[in-house]
Amino acid sequence: MTAPAPYDVVIGLEVHAQLLTRSKMFCGCPTTFGARPNSQTCPVCQGMPGVLPVVNRRAVEFGIRTALALGCRVNEACRFARKHYYYPDMPKNYQISQYEEPLAEDGVLEIDIDGGPRAIGIQRLHLEEDVGKLLHEGTLETAQASLVDFNRSGVPLMETVSRPELRSPEEAAAYLRAFRAVVVFLGVCDGNMEEGSLRCDANVSLRPRGSARLGTKVEIKNLNSFRNVQRALEFEVRRQAQALDAGERIVQETRLWEADRAYTRSMRSKEYAHDYRYFPEPDLVPLQIDRRWVEEIRTGLPELPRAWRRRVVAQYGLPPYDAEVLTQSRALADYYEAALREWEPAAAAAGDRPKMVSNWIMSELLRVLPGDDERAIQSSPIPPRHLAGLLRLIEDGTISGKIAKDVFQKMFASGEAAPTIVGREGLTQVADEAALSQIIASVMAANPKAIEDFKRGRTAAAKALVGQVMKATGGKANPALVNRLLEDKLSQT
Amino acid sequence: MHRPIHELTDAYRRGDLTPTAVAETYLARIDALDGRVGAYLTVVREQALAAARESELRWRAGAPLGPLDGAPVALKDVLCTVGVRTTCGSKMLESFVPPYDATTVERLRAAGAVILGKTNMDEFAMGSSTEHSAFHPTRNPWDLTRVPGGSSGGSAAAVAGALAAGAFGSDTGGSIRQPAAFCGVVGLKPTYGRVSRYGLIALASSLDQIGPFAQDVTDAALLLGAVAGHDRRDSTSIQAPVPDYSAELRKGIAGLTLGLPDEYFIDGMDPDVERAVRGAIEVLKGLGARIERVSLPTTKHSLAAYYVILPAEASSNLARYDGVKFGLRVPGRDLVEMESRTRAVGFGAEVKRRIMLGTYALSAGYYDAYYGKAQSVRTLVRREFAAAFARVDLIVAPTTPNVAFKHGEKEDPLSMYLNDVFTIPGNLAGIPGVSVPCGFGATGLPIGLQLLGRPLDEARVLRAAYAYEQATSWRSRRPDLA
Repeated sequence: MTAPAPYDVVIGLEVHAQLLTRSKMFCGCPTTFGARPNSQTCPVCQGMPGVLPVVNRRAVEFGIRTALALGCRVNEACRFARKHYYYPDMPKNYQISQYEEPLAEDGVLEIDIDGGPRAIGIQRLHLEEDVGKLLHEGTLETAQASLVDFNRSGVPLMETVSRPELRSPEEAAAYLRAFRAVVVFLGVCDGNMEEGSLRCDANVSLRPRGSARLGTKVEIKNLNSFRNVQRALEFEVRRQAQALDAGERIVQETRLWEADRAYTRSMRSKEYAHDYRYFPEPDLVPLQIDRRWVEEIRTGLPELPRAWRRRVVAQYGLPPYDAEVLTQSRALADYYEAALREWEPAAAAAGDRPKMVSNWIMSELLRVLPGDDERAIQSSPIPPRHLAGLLRLIEDGTISGKIAKDVFQKMFASGEAAPTIVGREGLTQVADEAALSQIIASVMAANPKAIEDFKRGRTAAAKALVGQVMKATGGKANPALVNRLLEDKLSQT
Repeated sequence: MHRPIHELTDAYRRGDLTPTAVAETYLARIDALDGRVGAYLTVVREQALAAARESELRWRAGAPLGPLDGAPVALKDVLCTVGVRTTCGSKMLESFVPPYDATTVERLRAAGAVILGKTNMDEFAMGSSTEHSAFHPTRNPWDLTRVPGGSSGGSAAAVAGALAAGAFGSDTGGSIRQPAAFCGVVGLKPTYGRVSRYGLIALASSLDQIGPFAQDVTDAALLLGAVAGHDRRDSTSIQAPVPDYSAELRKGIAGLTLGLPDEYFIDGMDPDVERAVRGAIEVLKGLGARIERVSLPTTKHSLAAYYVILPAEASSNLARYDGVKFGLRVPGRDLVEMESRTRAVGFGAEVKRRIMLGTYALSAGYYDAYYGKAQSVRTLVRREFAAAFARVDLIVAPTTPNVAFKHGEKEDPLSMYLNDVFTIPGNLAGIPGVSVPCGFGATGLPIGLQLLGRPLDEARVLRAAYAYEQATSWRSRRPDLA
């Protein structure tokens, strides 16, 4: 969608990512999703009287890792602050967050859009704690009672705020996709928007085309998928454009995206905006970030998805689409390269192999695995070595591509290597000319009509004969050899 | 039988007394006399006797846990105790039973202390008289018509009235030292961060500190030693070794320089207090200390800064009491009404006053003028103390401008706040301070001498207090409750 004629669209995104730490931000409770309500809580994450927070070092490390990947400046000292508002899913009625002194500032996230790559500024990155969840009996409007589950209370959250440099809903969606790829690749977040481990709010405003002054911004909440980000922003841009066209003023407010009804509705206006009464969290001392630690983390940074894609496209001639699919997770990208190297250690001389590996991963492996994340890839019964072994058998003609798909299924079920299955089940291609000639002769004898048809110029009849031969060999015949032998025989008749 | 813990444990060692007999005696005294004093909110008789019996077995086996094994102590009801209701002096927490022990409580149990019960306090530790408990006021054992000070008035009265051998309280602006002075016992506020705050129900997190009440300085050293030290559950607790405070006590004060701040002798203070403190200074000189005048001019702004910082932090800390999760819940038609009613009913007037003050001080547009400015004053106070401590080893001053006042005498909050004018600067600076008895006024009420030290210099503070105590005999005078 392009901006409505006389306006420039200005969008900034705030993305909340739940960090993949084992324990919570300020206590030792586990962070596992989906446990029995309130089974993963303690006095600290229930906000009981007298408790104190203790910062999770791993969460800070994950924050720094992301900050470095986004080219942010990691501040030498940062500080937690209390953000106050009353809501029953927040046990202390304040959230420990960061305000004036965030963990990191001033970075960049590159996104790929139709017009080419674009660098979107990152304003800040900070750490905070998640809140619990309310469960209502019935709908929110009719509920007679609500229950609170504090399992999520205190789960580490990393908030990353972009600069208002996104110029369209598509760019916003591209930004979110790129961000997800980075955090998933870094292993700091599982990127699961459905389970809420990645959440997004957007600020959007319109201004007369070419104007330097920002228009009044509206904050949109509840954008829980890539598609919703784009749809909600498209709706909001249209809504604001229509209002401006009609000479109305945009009200600074927070609006909620209702995905079912595909519109945004006002949640609260500026007059009712929370006064969060931020002040430095007195229960925590300012966090001094050791420079050596930062450098250690920098050294350990993996190749980021964008760089990975650029490299594999250049190095292996892989189509950009394949590269995109393979960067759904770091584990998947690693799986791909491991399989390729296993097959052909000198990757530069790989020929068709890079594309073949990606084909098999995309159309076979990802079809049978439960997902494309770390856990799914690592639990794959077919390790990269086994996939390479299977492809090697196709390449050297030991088995046909068709047989290979069956072998793949068996490998997936049993965890065995391809040669083991092929050997045991006698799936090797029949490439013995004498044996094949005999089979072809008997097939031809049994199908005189097909031969007549062929002689009358219907070449399709030859294909039917090939099929018969393959059937007779249980699919094990080398198709190229069958073709050649059959052609020879037909031309002799 | 009411004697310091170190004498009790000496008697346990000799076999002259047993922890059970001592615990029983204290519990009997509480039964008989606490109706008049009102020091306790909760007495845990069975738990105390069970702990005493275990202690007795250890002493009999010749394997006590240390110098506090079998010591009967009381805890201000601001310290969380597992399975024992912890009210913080508020209706809001009248039925709150914590599922965990405060670190201080844990350490006391590990040292073998026998916990007798939970003592009364001003609601959420806001007050200087223990009149503002939601349950009942506490009376001063020296004169039951007078207040014991506050907010740890229950703990001070328990030790003064022989209802516990020792006790713990919390000091945010003087809540240990002021009641210690009013009740004629020793009260120590350690350096901020010396004792873990984990399990201390927060009033103002950047000022709160737990400390002991004791019959003498020797006990104060023992009690501090048992609970001091880093705790990984409190990020603001200091990672520094804990000295053997008892071993340092007898080093004397010859050669120490004591600073006498001009600003701590003010118009309107009780002449008896000034006389007693100046008398104490002569005693300290006689013990070989040098006295030097120092100036702490920001003292006069301390009270104002304190009454911005404290309400601001308190308004935040008290936000969690909303009826949703624990404590009082007053039903309403919807969530907002339930929360509003719960807070309207659950909090007393002083708590509400401070929540409103603090909410205002932190609101957008006022933050810099109030909270920000108050923090600047705090920095100045800290610097002034640091400058003074570059020249002197300790600062001597009165603990309070006057002796214990009568119940209901200070109804105007401001005149109540002024009671803490000499103790608040120590909290703003985060430095240790002790109040030690230094005489009696014309009405027979105790007066406290305050000794303030450098951060983490509790050993020297206690050493000077000990030297003074040993040179005087104030502690031999006891209130007579019977």
